Amino acid sequence: MINQTDQQISSSDELAALAAEYQAKQAQYENSIFVCMGTACQSVQSGGVLQSLQAEVKSRALEDKCRVSPGGCQGNCASAPLVSLPQRDLLYQLAQPSDVSAIVDSLQGEPVARLLCDNKSDFFVRQNRVVTNHRGLLNPESIDDYIAAGGFVALLKALFEYSPEAVVEQVQKSGLRGRGGAGYPTGLKWSTVAKARADQKYVVCNADEGDPGAFMNRSVLEDYPFRVLEGMAIAAYAVGATKGYVYVRAEYPLAVERVKKAIRSAEKHGLLGNKIASSSFDFHVEIRLGAGAFVCGEETALISSIEGGKGLPCPRPPYPAESGLWGKPTLINNVETFANIVPIVTNGADWYAAIGTPKSKGTKTFALSGRIKNTGLVEVPLGTTLREMIFDIGGGVPDGHKFKAVQTGGPAGGCIPEEHLDATIDYESLLALGSFMGSGGMIVMDDSSCMVDVAKFFMQFCAAESCGKCIPCRVGTAHMHDMLERITLGEGTMDELGQLESLCDVVQFTSLCGLGQGAPNPVLSTLRFFKNEYLAHIVGHTCPAGVCAPVGQDIRRPKCAL
Amino acid sequence: MRVVTLKINGQEMSGRDDEDILHVAREHGIDIPTLCQLDGVSEWGGCRLCLVEIEGSPKLSAACVTKVSEGMVVNTNTERLAGYRKSIVEMLFTEGNHVCSVCVSNNNCELQDMSHELKIDHISLPYRYPLKEVDASHDLFIFDANRCILCTRCIRVCDEVEGAHTWDIAGRGIKSQLISDLHQPWGDSPSCTSCGKCVEACPTGALFEKGKAAGEMVKDARFLVYLEEMKEEKS
Repeated sequence: MINQTDQQISSSDELAALAAEYQAKQAQYENSIFVCMGTACQSVQSGGVLQSLQAEVKSRALEDKCRVSPGGCQGNCASAPLVSLPQRDLLYQLAQPSDVSAIVDSLQGEPVARLLCDNKSDFFVRQNRVVTNHRGLLNPESIDDYIAAGGFVALLKALFEYSPEAVVEQVQKSGLRGRGGAGYPTGLKWSTVAKARADQKYVVCNADEGDPGAFMNRSVLEDYPFRVLEGMAIAAYAVGATKGYVYVRAEYPLAVERVKKAIRSAEKHGLLGNKIASSSFDFHVEIRLGAGAFVCGEETALISSIEGGKGLPCPRPPYPAESGLWGKPTLINNVETFANIVPIVTNGADWYAAIGTPKSKGTKTFALSGRIKNTGLVEVPLGTTLREMIFDIGGGVPDGHKFKAVQTGGPAGGCIPEEHLDATIDYESLLALGSFMGSGGMIVMDDSSCMVDVAKFFMQFCAAESCGKCIPCRVGTAHMHDMLERITLGEGTMDELGQLESLCDVVQFTSLCGLGQGAPNPVLSTLRFFKNEYLAHIVGHTCPAGVCAPVGQDIRRPKCAL
Repeated sequence: MRVVTLKINGQEMSGRDDEDILHVAREHGIDIPTLCQLDGVSEWGGCRLCLVEIEGSPKLSAACVTKVSEGMVVNTNTERLAGYRKSIVEMLFTEGNHVCSVCVSNNNCELQDMSHELKIDHISLPYRYPLKEVDASHDLFIFDANRCILCTRCIRVCDEVEGAHTWDIAGRGIKSQLISDLHQPWGDSPSCTSCGKCVEACPTGALFEKGKAAGEMVKDARFLVYLEEMKEEKS
């Protein structure tokens, strides 16, 4: 193992020297084994595999030849735990502590065929990794690994070679748009905060990922905590902020732990805190934990939560860019947005702008879940079609079932049916289909999903997560949920369906924040593409998917015999 | 501060650029419906009744929190807005248990007035009939949660004017409820000064004086404006 050092870095040359030193240390090893220690892998005991591997290597006296290290996410979480042997170009899936002897054998000999995961399959080769470019092949908790892999070069480049205005200009030129979902141009947001005059400005990283089926931000924070912090520091330099917060939900304990450690080791190296790299730039980062309210992902509610208040949204304008935390100009970006800054500064805005579509540049991470073979985290250029995503990369629907719809954008998103699968994944085209980019959750549904039931699920989520501040969201979501419930019980009427549609309209246009404004979307999009299923429930009293009652049976509750 | 000119419902008018649409409209005799807004305390923006259309903006804006700007063209009474306002007030009626005939504020209730103003003659959404509590533990006042519309006027007046912050909201969504202190009986509240400002600020019969029978509770929310004027005179 490489020992963590606390050397203070004060120039690009010193950083380069340190990187070379770490690289040389790593090169001493002939081989390395990385065991994914992400949440999905840890949940199936990858920690035990790591310990067994370390013990095995030690017992064979290979410690000087083979490095065994915790690693980051490989993406195909369905095959967890995953073990990589980068020098041998091998990836093992479903590894168990009992397999370690065979794995260590394969450092020299034949690969272990029964554990082999095809890392040349479409799932791996069709991706374009910009944010997740290290492919899990560095220890997420080690700043040495990150520096050896070129970490903090972008920050020092920004500090010593660019003026703050030039950094903002780079981000503007890159065409990067907010990865939290709405797709607001990041450069424009940065320049608004940069232009605001104030004695204090803040940078906030929004890691309050709450969409059902979404885990991109968690994964990026867990695997690349340094990169997110570096992106925040570059942002702070660009907009003139000296204080930053990472607002992360308490339900992500591993991410919280890693960010905490990352802040500490970056401070020890003089890469965060006072006088970063001996320049005149100060930037302090603190963590704030969310207490589990979905609405706190909305930026004004997030601000209220950081300030210590209840997580309630406020009407905008004023936007946080002008008046945010404690009334000061505040830059709020998503985890993935910050993670994109480092590659943009390192490789240049033109390089970044060449990826993706004319209006949606760059790559986006997506969490594939639901009825899909390759459940996991993928990163593709924007402009990839949904079909490529689901059938080529995702491997399609398992067990001989038929694809029905893909739900994107979380509770504010919509369900997209098969006939629109050739649509590209970008902000505009998803919006045109009545869905939403969102933070990147993709839930695939097959013929065993009832779309009314799906709409009911999301409405239940929104009703439970509504903060209760504005009337249409507070009362409207509760009514909509009740109406959907009645439909699934066969008690709905056509009049009520009309009422549901008009309620959708009211809640969508009168709610205070994005939660209420987006809440009707799952209903509207399922009504648009799967109205026949609603009619089957209301008129035919049957559930075609067999969810509300077995296929062919009446979904109505039997009347009491008395 | 700058003076700007704008058009509301086709009428040319001027206002200061630190004023919101609601107040500029009111100064010029155009009334925009509100329930959570109360002069003298901070704006809340939660009832959504004051939503107006601003030309050039795809979204509706709450007049109480949207500042006027030069050349703004605002419509406050389109058919679409009237429909939305009706729906929102309907939702309030289904959310609580509002029985006017037995209410202390009958004929003196802002919610009732609002439904007259918006010509609501029936409720098309199903009533939810929630089980709510009545807190009569205070010596002088009663809180009836059945009639509370969660406008938070009591919270703001107690916090911002009296400085006691006895009231707040617990829970979220449809389960939101008004509580005193740490959700204890109002009569046991150590922070309550019994000043009665919350009762005057309440738009419905949710907060009222003990001993009042149906229709007897008359409130005067305008007292805050006098407080405000007195403060200005003093300074």
